[in-house]
Amino acid sequence: MAVPERNEFFIDPSRCIGCQACVQACSECDTHKGHSMIHLEFVNRAWSTQTVPVVCMHCDSPTCAEVCPADAIKKSGDGVVQTARKPRCIACNNCVLACPFGVPKMNTGAELMMKCDMCYDRTSEGKKPMCASVCPSQALFFGTREEVESLRLRSRPVNHFKFGNQEISTKVSMLVPRETQAEYLDVTSAMNEKTSGQVVFLNMFEE
Amino acid sequence: MATLPRSEIEIIEQFGPHLAHMHGARLETNAEAERLVKTHCCFCGQQCGIQLKVKDNAVIGFEPWYDFPFNKGMLCPKGVKRYLQGAHPDRLLTALQRDVNAPGGFSPMDYSAAIGKVAQAIETIQSTHGANAFGILSGASLTTEKTYLMGKFAHMCLKTSNIDYNGRLCMVSAGAGNKKAFGVDRAANPWEDMLHTDVVWISGANVAECAPITTNYVWQARENGAKIIVVDPRITPIARTCDLFLPIKPGRDIALFNGILHLMIENDWLDHEFIDNHTIGFEEVAAHVKEWTPRRTAEVTGISERAIHQAAEIWGTARTSFLTHARGIEHHTHGVQNVLGAINMVLASGRIGRPNCGYATITGQANGQGGREHGQKCDQLPGGRDLGNPEHRAHIAKIWDMDEREMPQPGVDAYEIFRKIDAGEIKGLLSICFNPLVSLPDSDFVKRALGKLDFYVAIDFFLNDTARHADIVLPGSLHEEDEGTVTQVEGRVIKINKAIDCPGDARQDWIIIQDIAKALGREKGFTFASPREVWDELRVASKGWINDYSGISYEKIVAQNGVFWPCPSDDHPGTPRLFEPGSWNPIAQGNGPFYFPDGKARFNVAPYTPPAEDIDNEYPLILTTGRVISQFLSGTQTRRIGPLVDQYPEPRLELHPQLAEKLGINDGDWATAQSRRGEITLRAQVVRTIRPDTIFVPYHWAGQKSINRLTIAAQDPISKIPEYKVCAVRLAKAAAPPEYAGKLEPQQ
Repeated sequence: MAVPERNEFFIDPSRCIGCQACVQACSECDTHKGHSMIHLEFVNRAWSTQTVPVVCMHCDSPTCAEVCPADAIKKSGDGVVQTARKPRCIACNNCVLACPFGVPKMNTGAELMMKCDMCYDRTSEGKKPMCASVCPSQALFFGTREEVESLRLRSRPVNHFKFGNQEISTKVSMLVPRETQAEYLDVTSAMNEKTSGQVVFLNMFEE
Repeated sequence: MATLPRSEIEIIEQFGPHLAHMHGARLETNAEAERLVKTHCCFCGQQCGIQLKVKDNAVIGFEPWYDFPFNKGMLCPKGVKRYLQGAHPDRLLTALQRDVNAPGGFSPMDYSAAIGKVAQAIETIQSTHGANAFGILSGASLTTEKTYLMGKFAHMCLKTSNIDYNGRLCMVSAGAGNKKAFGVDRAANPWEDMLHTDVVWISGANVAECAPITTNYVWQARENGAKIIVVDPRITPIARTCDLFLPIKPGRDIALFNGILHLMIENDWLDHEFIDNHTIGFEEVAAHVKEWTPRRTAEVTGISERAIHQAAEIWGTARTSFLTHARGIEHHTHGVQNVLGAINMVLASGRIGRPNCGYATITGQANGQGGREHGQKCDQLPGGRDLGNPEHRAHIAKIWDMDEREMPQPGVDAYEIFRKIDAGEIKGLLSICFNPLVSLPDSDFVKRALGKLDFYVAIDFFLNDTARHADIVLPGSLHEEDEGTVTQVEGRVIKINKAIDCPGDARQDWIIIQDIAKALGREKGFTFASPREVWDELRVASKGWINDYSGISYEKIVAQNGVFWPCPSDDHPGTPRLFEPGSWNPIAQGNGPFYFPDGKARFNVAPYTPPAEDIDNEYPLILTTGRVISQFLSGTQTRRIGPLVDQYPEPRLELHPQLAEKLGINDGDWATAQSRRGEITLRAQVVRTIRPDTIFVPYHWAGQKSINRLTIAAQDPISKIPEYKVCAVRLAKAAAPPEYAGKLEPQQ
């Protein structure tokens, strides 16, 4: 099935069930077989089954590229931030430390920074990325803005983030409750919030 | 002679489970596949469409199959990594015979000689002790063609009553309940009917981990405005963000269903027109649930009265709904009653047989539906016919060209087969697609029973944990090495396609069975040249009765991306939704949509009874068991796939921090659980997502890591399903690490 060119990547963490289909499928991707570029973590398993999948957000001004002393991290014309160029990467780890979303991974064996490139080999041929293809909850969704508008009636996409004073705009959008007014997601302050599922938990033992 | 030929550890060293990881062509970033084969996943009942990448007679990866309507390319981690089961170091490439002097306790054997030995043993046992002294255990992960052949092999070739299947551990409570209420056993609706309902009610179904693709249907329903109600003793991933969570005490589901119906009646949230015209038995049920006041319901279920009222109101006032359940309510000594209670709620609402009004059990195994329809169940003949019914016997005997008087009478369930082995009544056993030593409850008993067999032959592609006790092992086929059909969770018949040839001396299971028949000199009726020939006979055999497949050709399946049964003629498109007004079925003959002579559905009084083994001072905690997403059933396949084992390596014992604190157990500590049948030492996982009176352990592991050494073999009197979901245990911090720690790899 060919997909329209206007497809974008959307993440809805409220749908995530932590199944790791994305993690397993990512390692099947032809450009980095055997290595998964996705991060999927429990927020706090002792309290909740909440999990959050993180793919590269593909920033308009990628921090990873900005801090790279070897100029090894390039962005494609259509805004996809690539894995470090092998001949240039000096495996210094700057990008790993600096990325506010915690995306790049250091492959120490290959002495190379590797990261999600939105399945460039697939998306450039009109196919969906592996992770969003398989995701059983469709927490990872690859489609058009119109599809999101009609399918995700509870949500709206946001692609502006704040980490302290750093403001970031990204190619990938996060789905937030439709009724919220916020123009950006303040990630640093959200880190103090409780895991979701605790309302359910309270219902369990309140009475 | 079915004892272990060598120590467990020596057998494991030789035959695994070892882990397969990506290597060779599977790791090459530019490996071009020769072809893509459209087929389905080999694991659960969702039966996701998938394309296997094939190169040099090996599956080297997968590509999503976006056009298959059920999953549209989606897969869970098992589906993604399923291909690693092929070209596996543990794969059985020859027949094996028990040999105490061989490394690992088995030596390779010529295939024909092995078949000869099996036939000879069957002949000896049956001529000495009678036909019923040889038993067969089959499975619901086989294609429908194979399950049909297994039933025919038992009933026509061996003439034994004693065949049953591992669906006995899965689908039988739902099946029996559905037959009692609707007269037919199939999901009433396609999953699409979930998408635009007012409410999705999920009872005892860990949807996210056991039926992952259903998740997107539930979430999409919610996007479209549905309220989601989840009933479970654990806050599973699907429960985390649901609208109403009912933390039920294990084994009390019927009390909740009766309590909800009580409030539906009290508030007149009923469809009187539907009840009056399309059902019978409402008055008796109404009288019965009168005593199930919210207070009593709350006392029994452990759910707050407020939440019971909320649930009843959401359910009662909905215009459309989809109720679904799974093993959580079915794995009980009153599993059938639980199912009937759920169906009573549906019937009282009148929300069935229409668009967006649905009811279904979530079938567990790949062919959980098709595998329970065509004759490998102990009391069944093809087409959903009854082995005890003289007309049905005559009908099938004619198709099989055999004397009806030679057809055996109905036999016993899978667990009873082991009791008969223990009692010395069954002396020989053939198993295929079943690993009872891991999957049956009170498994130390199963192990002792295996030791009493005169002869045991196992057919499998890996040496599963039970097959270690075999005299002969015959090398069968993997899912991708054969073709055929299965019927998935919605009742949609789909096509499994062959991607590669069997390696070595391994061969397709239907060939092995026919080879045994031939060696017995009873090959009449067992000369099929292909699965398609088996299928065409099955279509004829199913014609005219409930599970009518007669109009389903392989070509139609491919053309329509699956065909829902019943499909009684070549020009019939199939039946996605059951019980539509005006629909015809062979029982009602036009009198109504339900499968009874009057065409009406049945309300059934569903009385509450506590679990067979309730907690007491000596064993004060409830043990409940279930699955994790990265493993499947007894793990014969998934405990051999490296990335899946890495995801969740070993069973952990889940308990609530309140309980953990009382017992002095910290997260990660070794903890020992004991029941009246056995004990187990596992690492504790302390989480607030479980009731404090309940502990949970997943069941996919063998030997000392098998929780089924503790579970109880009490069974539902109607369905014979074991009560996996409740038994009484005590728990303590372990004095020392278990014996296996440091000796066995996680999957072993």
